[in-house]
Amino acid sequence: MRFVLAPVLAPVLALISAALAAGVIAQAAPAADKPDPAADAKAFRNYFVTKFPSVKLEDFVNGPYSMNEDMRKQWVEKEEFPPYDFALDAGKEMFAKPFKNGKTYADCFENGGIGVRQNFPYFDAQKGEVVTLELAINRCREANGEAPLSYVKDDMASLTAYMAYTSRGKPFDIKIPDDPRALAAYENGKRYFYTRRGQLNFSCASCHVQSPGQRLRAEILAPALGILNAMPIYRSEWAGMGTISRRFITCNSQTRAVPEEAQSEDYRDLEYYLSYVSNGLPISGPGARP
Amino acid sequence: MASTIRVRAIANGDTTEVQALIQHPMDSGFVKDAQGAVIPAHFIQQLTFEHNGKAVFTADWGPAVAKDPYVKFGFKGASKGDELKVSWVDNKGASDSTTAKIQ
Amino acid sequence: MSFSIEGFSATRRLVLQGAGAVALFGFGALAARPALAAANDTYPEAAFKQKADKDAIQALYGRTADASDKVKLDAPEIAENGAVVPISVTTTLENVTSISFFVSGNPNALAASYAIPEGTLPAVSNRLKMQQTSNVIAIVEAGGKLYSATKEVKVTVGGCGG
Repeated sequence: MRFVLAPVLAPVLALISAALAAGVIAQAAPAADKPDPAADAKAFRNYFVTKFPSVKLEDFVNGPYSMNEDMRKQWVEKEEFPPYDFALDAGKEMFAKPFKNGKTYADCFENGGIGVRQNFPYFDAQKGEVVTLELAINRCREANGEAPLSYVKDDMASLTAYMAYTSRGKPFDIKIPDDPRALAAYENGKRYFYTRRGQLNFSCASCHVQSPGQRLRAEILAPALGILNAMPIYRSEWAGMGTISRRFITCNSQTRAVPEEAQSEDYRDLEYYLSYVSNGLPISGPGARP
Repeated sequence: MASTIRVRAIANGDTTEVQALIQHPMDSGFVKDAQGAVIPAHFIQQLTFEHNGKAVFTADWGPAVAKDPYVKFGFKGASKGDELKVSWVDNKGASDSTTAKIQ
Repeated sequence: MSFSIEGFSATRRLVLQGAGAVALFGFGALAARPALAAANDTYPEAAFKQKADKDAIQALYGRTADASDKVKLDAPEIAENGAVVPISVTTTLENVTSISFFVSGNPNALAASYAIPEGTLPAVSNRLKMQQTSNVIAIVEAGGKLYSATKEVKVTVGGCGG
């Protein structure tokens, strides 16, 4: 049936070559095979390191600034006295302020919440779900009789900015326990990352795996390796701070895909996947971006 | 609430390098909000740095200065431990000032 | 004002190491200069209201500037975001009394003007807003004369901001 194959073959080949480019196909698990996150992470890192031989491994966390010299100069200048300074100081104050019941955020976290950001997200075996830092902060608030914060900016951004700052330089250390539910969450995050969606039919990988360093209209695209390490970020575009939740939502809207609710299962699993494959790269948050 | 002015003044030999970051919306008056109403102009007009009662740097700013403005300059004649006074006035007549020690 | 967290040596500045390191503008000695009135002892309202850069320069200084390679204007090729464009100027000229920045494509060209008293280095770094791709003009008033440097900075609509 060769005459039927031709129109079908091209898009299929495109899909396969895209998957190959993403270094995924070797690990694409047929239903019977067990996922191998460690092998994924290794392949993920190798892909970027090979594609950008002149970029130091730690530098990938600087997103577009690791990809373009003119932009890097502007970023270096901004980092002399960074725009996230105010949110950072506000976060420090907020973190120390006790809840109405007298307890503080420190009571909800290991090590008093200092220097722990690199352990998030983690898989909560009791609840059977991925817990991100943002989710943990609101759970802490609710457990202590306080109203939850909006996930996308303001106070949540200030608090996560402070907690990230206390972990600056520490490598991402995400764990995937040998629990089928954790593996399923990881695989769901990976599936989300590589699935095309929306009017523009982009997957996260379309930009951040296939095209880092290139322009999407006027923006220089960041590599997916280390892409969450600088969060939360002060974006000039937002003239303010935004969290991982904010960025997932706005990125979906901007690529004309339907955004999910902040901290949805897909978003948390996505954060789990992206953080895990960036294990070993240093936390650099809070960050500044265009 | 803390001052809106962050300043870092570092003496290196006889030259002091000063960097300041100020929390201020610097609204230009050209931008509309989500409802279509113009957000009124609200920006710092004058920023002054004083050492020993003398102005060592004065800025006249318009709305084209970026939000949360930053400025860097250097001057001679100060020493570590000296004080640097920084103050601003905006177009609404509001003001703030702070004093920093040169490191 | 410094900010430190006990037990942490995390540097505030990711890229630049060492708070003590001061890479200054490093050029010519500050010679004595005639006591010229600063270009703006009071706020130059009229100059800020001008649209065109030539009119704003005239309103601010009352004369025109000559291009000079002794004025070094540092601005990006493509602004990462028109809302925050880091721009700085240094000069080897002596007897500098004022430094100003104009953005030709802005609704009002004059962005900022700085008085440089004796003892202050003739160099400024700041962050400006640029509405669109246009020239940035730095004016240095030295020894009673005006010198300029011009650079075009491209400003794009953000791709992912669309």
